[in-house]
Amino acid sequence: MASSPRIGAKYTLDREALQNLIVELTDSGYQVMGPTMRDGAIIYDAVRSIADLPEGWTDDQEGGTYRLEKRLDNALFGYNVGPHSWKKFLFPPRQKLWTAKRSDQGFEIHPEEEEPLRYAFLGVRSCELHAIAIQDKVFMEDAYVDPVYKARRENLLIVAVNCGQAANTCFCVSMNTGPEAKAGFDLALTEVIDNDRHYFVAEAGSERGTGLLEKLSFESADSQEEAAANAAVNRAAEQMGRTLNTQGIRALLQDNPDHPRWDDVAKRCLSCANCTMACPTCFCSTVEDVTDLSGDHAERWRSWDSCFNLDFTYMGGGHTRHSFKSRYRQWMTHKLSTWHDQFDTSGCVGCGRCITWCPEGIDITEEAAAIRKTPKSQEKKK
Amino acid sequence: MVQGKKPKLAVWKFASCDGCQLSLLDCEDELLAVADSIDIASFPEATRAFKKGPYDLSLVEGSITTPEDAERIHQIRRQSKFLITIGACATSGGIQALRNFKDVKEFISIVYAHPGYIQTLKHSTAIADHIRVDFELRGCPVDKMQLLEVINAFLNGRKPNTPAHSVCIECKLRGNVCVMVAHGTPCMGPVTHAGCNAICPSYNRGCYACFGPKETPNIPSMGNVLEDKGMERENIVRAFRSFNANTKAFQKGARDYEKD
Ligand code: SF4
Ligand code: SF4
Ligand code: SF4
Ligand code: SF4
Repeated sequence: MASSPRIGAKYTLDREALQNLIVELTDSGYQVMGPTMRDGAIIYDAVRSIADLPEGWTDDQEGGTYRLEKRLDNALFGYNVGPHSWKKFLFPPRQKLWTAKRSDQGFEIHPEEEEPLRYAFLGVRSCELHAIAIQDKVFMEDAYVDPVYKARRENLLIVAVNCGQAANTCFCVSMNTGPEAKAGFDLALTEVIDNDRHYFVAEAGSERGTGLLEKLSFESADSQEEAAANAAVNRAAEQMGRTLNTQGIRALLQDNPDHPRWDDVAKRCLSCANCTMACPTCFCSTVEDVTDLSGDHAERWRSWDSCFNLDFTYMGGGHTRHSFKSRYRQWMTHKLSTWHDQFDTSGCVGCGRCITWCPEGIDITEEAAAIRKTPKSQEKKK
Repeated sequence: MVQGKKPKLAVWKFASCDGCQLSLLDCEDELLAVADSIDIASFPEATRAFKKGPYDLSLVEGSITTPEDAERIHQIRRQSKFLITIGACATSGGIQALRNFKDVKEFISIVYAHPGYIQTLKHSTAIADHIRVDFELRGCPVDKMQLLEVINAFLNGRKPNTPAHSVCIECKLRGNVCVMVAHGTPCMGPVTHAGCNAICPSYNRGCYACFGPKETPNIPSMGNVLEDKGMERENIVRAFRSFNANTKAFQKGARDYEKD
């Protein structure tokens, strides 16, 4: 047993320690959420033991297709990101905001109070840590703080997992968001399978993380073990299935609203909104007011919305984004360009979900590259 | 809500299977509350009692397929302050609109022993093709919660919450795994109007487009995706030609794949 664990130092844990970690988190009152298999995909849901993890499975992803495949080893985290993202826990798809009751003087509003949920996320990838950091900015900075998000976020404990492989749709290296978790976690694990040995190289990123390690049986990682973990992450970096050149992309997209490529993608885009629902940074929502039959009680509900919906731009004078072109252009330009103006960061972390889960297989990296290839703005300048 | 006097509701049936009226009956518990708030003046599926008009709210089920019905719907409109059509038949012509793409006389001669007694129109059409409709509720059949929502919204003088976006959004809000992407199962969700809460994809089946086209469906792209998932051209024609075959969007989808 090593001496007290320190932030930033590397330790090793075996499979049993990982199991104990789940038990420890559960016993300390966390709802542990992690990757598990359902309906032919790896999704995020409650995880009670390592038996719930997709042991020995991996995913094969391409534009518009996702398939699970058996691995040759028994890795517990040998896949990349699936259809769900962690935003479903922090920013729930549907949420009651308040109820109202008719009174003599009009009506009274009662905000929805929730017992703050205590989540522990197990298996958060580096791109996802960046996505959470982006949503933190959206929901917790400046004047309009979202109370639901904030309460859940403040209680959140994060166990990250460094990727040891990348999907065909991954491009975190381009976005500078992975594959190695650098910040924003309590504990980060790198899974190593070395002949007969199966272990995790662990690093604490916070005192909660060192506190957790302390309760598990851990050893200091030796130089060979550290090297094996680094090799795993390097392998993922080399396997990136996609690249996106971000140089000057902010201006590139803002300068090319009339690029003919938008017309091409508009022919393919179904405006189905799957990309925005799957994206871990998309944060738009709409509200619905419902009443009971008597009209004496009302509720306001919030649910995820999308810039691909016609009603998204409904105003007094009608809808403003009728064409598929205007909707796709809005989405991609916001993600890669105007997000910088608004939040001082890219809106894309390179997770590839919008590529895989687009039924048409529309690929944000391909669209950006096509616009870069023949930028209209340059033609004008000539 | 109208104070004092309960609004008078009438339910009308045209060419249909009664499934949408049954959705209303299926609301058992909720129906008691509805019956408390409104005076049900006519509801053939539920009661033989009949009160004369005018009516505050008329719910119309079924499509127009006969010359008499084409007349009758005008009378109903004249007696109704507010008229809502419910279901695929009333909002698009229904499955019986398949006749629109064939010769109806030929059907009659095959089906009936004495075709001379049969008086029918060449086309099955939506109610809104004949009269002004205040609101259309989609679905084959309509979703009972949506039906209650529409009645509720009417009683409270507010806009009903019946979003016109894709089924995919409902599917993703439920946390479903997309059957098209993960299993290769053809699914009409991307062009289909929400309302069923993505019931088929939730049971690992593709969407059949019971609620008809969404606000702005991209039909050619949907056709390409279905083809890409291995669907035969003739089955793509069938996918568009179901309960909402007579909608402009789905007519186009079917036509594009009928041609070689
Ligand atoms: S984008 Fe990078 S961090 Fe995210 S899953 Fe892929 S390899 Fe891992
Ligand atoms: S835009 Fe696409 S690749 Fe980028 S974060 Fe969103 S889903 Fe991931
Ligand atoms: S880009 Fe793809 S997922 Fe997004 S709205 Fe268009 S077709 Fe749907
Ligand atoms: S299963 Fe069908 S409805 Fe659901 S997201 Fe996929 S295409 Fe859309």
